Amino acid sequence: MPTSVKVKTLRIDGRDVSAREDQTILEVARENDIWIPTLCHLDGLSPVGACRLCLVEIKGSTKLLPACVTAVEEGMEVSTQTEGLESYRRMILELLFSERNHVCSICKSNGHCEMQTLAQRLGLTHIHFPYRYPSLPVDLSHELFGMDHNRCILCTRCVRVCAEIEGAHVWDVMGRGVDARIICDLNQPWGTSETCTSCGKCVHVCPTGALFERGRSASEMDKRPEFLPYLTLMRRAGGE
Amino acid sequence: MSKTIVIDPVTRIEGHARITLHLDDHGQVHDARFHVTQFRGFEKLCEGRTFREMPSLMARICGICPVSHLIASAKACDALLAVRIPDAAADLRRVMNLAQIVQSHALSFFHLASPDLLLGMDASPAERNIVGVLRANPELAKGGIRLRQYGQQVIEWLGGKRIHPSWVVAGGVNEPLSSDLRDKILAGIPEALGIAQWALEWFKRKLEDYNEEIRTFANFPSLFIGLVNKRNELAHYDGTLRVGDASGKIVAERLDPQDYSEWIAEHVEEDSFLKSPYYKPLGYPAGMYRVGPLARLNVVDRCGTPLADQEWAEFRALERGAVLSSFHYHYARLIEIIYALERIRELLDDPAILSKHVRAQARPNAFEGIGVAEAPRGTLIHHYKIDEDGLMTWANLIIATGHNNLAMNRGILQAAKHFVDGNKLEEGMLNRVEAVIRAYDPCLSCSTHALGRMPLVVQLVSPEGKVVNEARRS
Repeated sequence: MPTSVKVKTLRIDGRDVSAREDQTILEVARENDIWIPTLCHLDGLSPVGACRLCLVEIKGSTKLLPACVTAVEEGMEVSTQTEGLESYRRMILELLFSERNHVCSICKSNGHCEMQTLAQRLGLTHIHFPYRYPSLPVDLSHELFGMDHNRCILCTRCVRVCAEIEGAHVWDVMGRGVDARIICDLNQPWGTSETCTSCGKCVHVCPTGALFERGRSASEMDKRPEFLPYLTLMRRAGGE
Repeated sequence: MSKTIVIDPVTRIEGHARITLHLDDHGQVHDARFHVTQFRGFEKLCEGRTFREMPSLMARICGICPVSHLIASAKACDALLAVRIPDAAADLRRVMNLAQIVQSHALSFFHLASPDLLLGMDASPAERNIVGVLRANPELAKGGIRLRQYGQQVIEWLGGKRIHPSWVVAGGVNEPLSSDLRDKILAGIPEALGIAQWALEWFKRKLEDYNEEIRTFANFPSLFIGLVNKRNELAHYDGTLRVGDASGKIVAERLDPQDYSEWIAEHVEEDSFLKSPYYKPLGYPAGMYRVGPLARLNVVDRCGTPLADQEWAEFRALERGAVLSSFHYHYARLIEIIYALERIRELLDDPAILSKHVRAQARPNAFEGIGVAEAPRGTLIHHYKIDEDGLMTWANLIIATGHNNLAMNRGILQAAKHFVDGNKLEEGMLNRVEAVIRAYDPCLSCSTHALGRMPLVVQLVSPEGKVVNEARRS
């Protein structure tokens, strides 16, 4: 740690905590075992603040702020678990579930899905929005992996891990709003990609069953994203 | 003035249906129709999905017999992989399929049918249910619950859960059997077998009280179809199709299930979401056939296990040819429970069942696959087509209950003509018509590819659509 980094003190959920000035609220909360739900965030990838599940209340601010991209400040008073926040988080999850076809019971990631686990933890029992039932394709053109757009929540972990860690930048996002879609290279079948190295990192950071290994049946696709913190740690160590 | 009687919904069956009885000017039944009023659409909604999801997806067709769909679907997927799955995997699937037969037959006989048999067809509907059975004959009710529990327990032990286990996969199963589990399953067999034998004896003693029903409950000549093994014994997991006629003669055998479309075609009725398959060589509607426990016992030369073989011989001695009354579906079901339990024991006694090699790995090698197995209610056919990547492009399912559609329609007409008098309608008359359907233990959730018990409404409707009379069961 550079010696010039200052230490800040703040309160999270009534607890006094100290942090380095370059840390985010989410990092500090996790260091202190304070749980804030996330889906797009993954340690080792650049934060994007896309899923909005980590929104927190900050005293003096009329806006809710995403903990994953908000830097700590001296004297900040943060609330992570208010009734209002919980209802917003449930609503965000309900919107995700209603937007595409998340059929847990037959999903390859059933029982291993971060969104499913989060829904259970937040006590989600019903989806109060009408389902959109979009007609979305499954891409099985790749030799080893498959992409099911029905299960994608556009967290962009795959885009980031491929660009930032593997350095191939196979994935990106096309379109806007509800029409946004993860695409491969120049919007072509995965199996025809010339940039994909078939490393499988995207598959294992995907929080849902959108990216999977071929040959897996329902409930069989467990994800192993643990490689990422080790990889980033090793690279940092190698660079110093 | 002609009238129509509507029985809607039909109770104590799996799914939703309605029966209409058309009366002539003298109040006598001249036609009867069985309408399946639910629509599912699984053949369409699977399109575009990966074939490896099919066992789990297709199992969602039904919460009563998900295992049957798992098995037929997984076999169709094996055909897409074009592999021979490990023997232990096939045997483990067999055990699960047999456990499914035990629990489903127990549900049908003890929970759904036994109220009619124990309390009588004319008993008050308020009493005529499993709770009434528990009051009148606790041993029967408890035995039934225990037997069903055993079947469900075996499914859970093998697959991790009772309903919709995801253990059966394309290429085999995803976990081998441990010796502990094998011992647990074996330990439960003597008790289950005892209950099944006791229930069968009880049922046989009851038979003489039901001569009229036996004579009129869909008691007519038809073909019978079922899977048999190489020795022409019962086969629920694989084998070839055998077709027998009413005289007990075998009219076709060693039919490869892969060629089912050469032998079976489907007719669409205007008033039901349930298609009517028929035996092609005889055409529609003469090619009417029955499947399920009664049909299976009619087409085999023996069951293949000692206790079941004895019972089978006695059963087939009921008539000179095939046993024709659908009332005897109940009888056949009890014999099959005994067979299933004996067969599970045989399979588990073989040490090879503990083999760790239980899954064949392959990519799709064929673009069309057919899986056929015997579900509790009869022959179940899953037929899939995929594209080169393995995405589903087409599916056709022929479900056990569907095969029986023509025979069920014919059966309710026979019973309605005999029992229903439109001039003085009694609840017991209509219950007998329902009981014919119940004898087939139809699963309409399956066959139309919901569970619930709604109050029964019987309406006498004039041709102008005016309700002349109404009886309501709540």
